[in-house]
Amino acid sequence: MHLLSIDWWFILEKLVLIVIVISLSLVIAMYTTYAERKVAAWLQDRRGPNRAGPWGILQPLADGGKLFFKEEIIPLVSSKWLFILGPSLAMLTALLTSAVIPWGTSLHLFGKDVPLQIADVNIGILYIFGVVSLGVYGIMIGGWASNNKFSLLAAIRGASQMISYELAMGMALIAVLMLTGSLQMSVIVQNQVEHGWHIIYQPLGFIIFFICALAECNRTPFDLPEAENELNFGYHQEYSSMKLGFYLFAEYINMFISSAVMATLFLGGYDIPFVNETQWGLPQNLLAIIGFAVLMAKIFFFLFVFIWIRWTIPRFRYDQLMNLGWKGLIPLSLANMVITAIVMLWKSKT
Amino acid sequence: MVQLTQKAKLVDRRQMSWLERIYLWNILKGMMITLSHLFKRKATINFPEQKRYFAPVFRGLHVLNRDEEGRERCTACGLCAVACPAEAITMEAAERLPGEEKLYREEKYAARYEINMLRCIFCGLCEDACPKDAIYLSQTFAPSNYSRKGFIYKKEDLLIPNPLTDPEDYKKALGDRPAKKINN
Repeated sequence: MHLLSIDWWFILEKLVLIVIVISLSLVIAMYTTYAERKVAAWLQDRRGPNRAGPWGILQPLADGGKLFFKEEIIPLVSSKWLFILGPSLAMLTALLTSAVIPWGTSLHLFGKDVPLQIADVNIGILYIFGVVSLGVYGIMIGGWASNNKFSLLAAIRGASQMISYELAMGMALIAVLMLTGSLQMSVIVQNQVEHGWHIIYQPLGFIIFFICALAECNRTPFDLPEAENELNFGYHQEYSSMKLGFYLFAEYINMFISSAVMATLFLGGYDIPFVNETQWGLPQNLLAIIGFAVLMAKIFFFLFVFIWIRWTIPRFRYDQLMNLGWKGLIPLSLANMVITAIVMLWKSKT
Repeated sequence: MVQLTQKAKLVDRRQMSWLERIYLWNILKGMMITLSHLFKRKATINFPEQKRYFAPVFRGLHVLNRDEEGRERCTACGLCAVACPAEAITMEAAERLPGEEKLYREEKYAARYEINMLRCIFCGLCEDACPKDAIYLSQTFAPSNYSRKGFIYKKEDLLIPNPLTDPEDYKKALGDRPAKKINN
């Protein structure tokens, strides 16, 4: 089916994939809010939401419905256009990142190989970093447009925090990129399938990346932009209804995506640990689905760790946060990078 | 220095070791503590379905008692109101008219009987003071309300169900409370 020399099948296939991936990240973000409340309750010897539906599994729907019925307030003194742009941008950037993550090997459908990745671009990592750093605009614009001291303070905090942690994050990643020799996500996963997971070679890099991911997602202990006790909920203080919902939701989508990125970069993506699944002789489609399930299991593990950390440690003070970022993580990640380079050079010589 | 209690602990002011200074290890220890709570018994109960056990001596919401024939026991003597340290009880007496013998046990009864649950301290002195076993404290507590007025319980809120017309509810309300001895 070639019309105007455009491969329409290709476009259809990608469209279907995009719809699936976006709805998947929305549903998982929805149920992460539920998991957050449940795990929080369990860690504090409580029971958590259990009234809406069996075990409370309809709770996220109830929460969403509540947000929809709330009054939509746009402050008179705010700049209206930017005020609406803020949450939209936060949501948009959160959803964009999922495009380059390889969700599995390829499925064989209708006589075609369909790779389970929306775009296998050769600068996958750079794309993720670019989009993630755009995410700070959601906070910045929202906080600025609210015309509120607290929101503005929170926005400034969020921006400076993101900038300082993105540096360490990127440098922790360079060591991984040196091991792989490619920025392409699928190549990085393939490299891990063949040589073992990157977390074995880069434990320090993984810890740095994980800490920075917490900071990038504005999760505790780095949730300074929405510090409840000092900034009255920070940048989304003036927001109500679904605009607030977008902000909160974008945070959970970010959590999901950064878990996926960490699983892909350090835990081997869709690779099944300890076995060589290609020798099982299973059909290709089944293997792809198993691989996808394994990736999901890794993502859920990370999501749990995110929640677990949130309900364990208190928030950093602002100067502590900056100290850790600039004086702790950046030198560490630099050292990690240099040591990796030396070891690689030494190995190639012998 | 002499310790005042056994619970007092000396504050450790030693310099932090390297392992402690990078915090990661301590954070891991803290996370293990929270993880252990994941498997502990929950302190919360599913309230409306499940209820906590109350001891038989628990002093909850007041009940105005009836006798076995469904007649109100209260004679509006006012001893409970006098005994009440919080002055939560208000009552008005009335004389029983001919033909009302099935409603009231004695010649005098309480036409109005109100307890302000916001004043009440649930001490149970009214139950002790009552010579007719007309008021006692049950094993439920006062539910929440929207206004202060809602906490002033009238006679119809306090009266136990009639044992003749509503024997099941009566039994449920009575529970396993032994009847108090009274001199008629």
